[in-house]
Amino acid sequence: MSSMGLSGLTYHTLAKMFSEGKRFDGRKLLEQRDFTVEYNVSNKAEGSARVKMGKTEVVVGVKMDVGTPYPDSLDKGNLMVSGDLLPLASPRFESGPPKFNAIELPRLIDRMVRESHVIDLKKLVITEGEKVWTVMIDIYPINDDGALIDAASIGTIAALLQTHIPNLDENGRVDHESKSTKKLPLMENTIPLSFTFYKLGESLLVDPTREEEEACDGKIVWGLSNWKGKEHMIHSCQKGLEMSMTRQDIEQMMKHLPKLYDDTLKKLKKFLK
Amino acid sequence: MTFKRPDGRKSDEMRPITAKVGIIPNADGSAMFTFGKTVAIAAVYGPRMLHPQHMQDPKGAILRVNYDLLSFSVSDRKKPGPSRRSQEISKVTEWSLSPALDLKDFPNTVVDVQIYILQADASTRVAGINAASMALAQAGIPMKNLICSVSIGKMDKELVVDVDKDEEDFEDGEGATDIPIAKLANTDEYTLLQLDGKIQPHLIPQALALADKACAKIYEVQKKALKNVMGDEDK
Repeated sequence: MSSMGLSGLTYHTLAKMFSEGKRFDGRKLLEQRDFTVEYNVSNKAEGSARVKMGKTEVVVGVKMDVGTPYPDSLDKGNLMVSGDLLPLASPRFESGPPKFNAIELPRLIDRMVRESHVIDLKKLVITEGEKVWTVMIDIYPINDDGALIDAASIGTIAALLQTHIPNLDENGRVDHESKSTKKLPLMENTIPLSFTFYKLGESLLVDPTREEEEACDGKIVWGLSNWKGKEHMIHSCQKGLEMSMTRQDIEQMMKHLPKLYDDTLKKLKKFLK
Repeated sequence: MTFKRPDGRKSDEMRPITAKVGIIPNADGSAMFTFGKTVAIAAVYGPRMLHPQHMQDPKGAILRVNYDLLSFSVSDRKKPGPSRRSQEISKVTEWSLSPALDLKDFPNTVVDVQIYILQADASTRVAGINAASMALAQAGIPMKNLICSVSIGKMDKELVVDVDKDEEDFEDGEGATDIPIAKLANTDEYTLLQLDGKIQPHLIPQALALADKACAKIYEVQKKALKNVMGDEDK
């Protein structure tokens, strides 16, 4: 059931409003909330960012360490994306082993980042086959008011663009304290971002608030980029929840996705230093 | 240069598919489905009493799906027990099957679907969904129709049907994109859509159209396998 804690009255009111193209906060169905990006959530992180989108707030930090490469990618650095839905951020989140949503969020961000190749992992080799940099991205919602994956994707990109590779001391150990001027190698022409379409009744919408999200019966998360600055490219996608999506729904998403991406990238660029 | 499939298949050609229903006598429904060398089996138990009690839903049965690889189904032995990957696939499989089911007549119960991969050559989750759908039908769970599932690939710029492991590892040009899709048979309702790789938005409708053609063939194979076992029971 998607409507945990949501009354039938709210569900039916929202379904009716959406079918008329209306939302409580006056937005259009395919209109996103504005967002802000701040940096330096922690000066111990190699890069970090805080995104506020409406009342949703997510912090993302990047840490780097020296590790050994995976056997199937000896010529590449490693990427790890984790995260947790801390009980701090919502009365709905509980402590204990991760529930599905806490698994899905970092996995979808991982696929978006990995498949877009925004991080140039080949430039993160220290000694081929032996020592490589591991990039660890950690995502924590601070306040959940819907669209966490979309907000997390903005935070992830903002944090990566801030990230510096730490210095190594004379023994080859990581020195997290001294200031580094070496930026994490990124494909700056390829910036991936995620957008989730939700469905309630026959209506599609983006960037729901918590209440809207709980009322919805279906969703699809899309991760896409302006690949090499050339064309829109989808890198990841996952349909969620129990309602099926029709061909028409998916075609409509394909129509709107490039514009959502372009608008968000434009807004994000204002916050990039 | 256009992409040539390693095993010589045409772009819209699946590997040989086979289906068998009624492979696990203890289960209320069971089935096997194969795409070439990929072998998936599924068992359905239920509707049966659901414990713990607080999970019970008076409005109907809940569907609970577990998908996993057997440890020896892949080249590097898979550590037994759930991983984040298998938990995610279990959940999306549950979502891919549930739109076909009508569980309101079975309050407070659970329908358990267990899916295991015996031999993996990519496209395991979609093989598992095809097996599970037949197993649910054999178990007599009320269904709108069967769920049919296939993976669509994009190799460099070429769309192909039913991705195998050689193709999954393809790296040239725009590389390999894997798009597992499931749909309710004979409708345009999609119940599973995942994607990993690089694909332009305008190609998504083409991928769906390719999946439609393949799913129509899978549907016939599923129905035939179900009819076979129904025939046995009449004798």
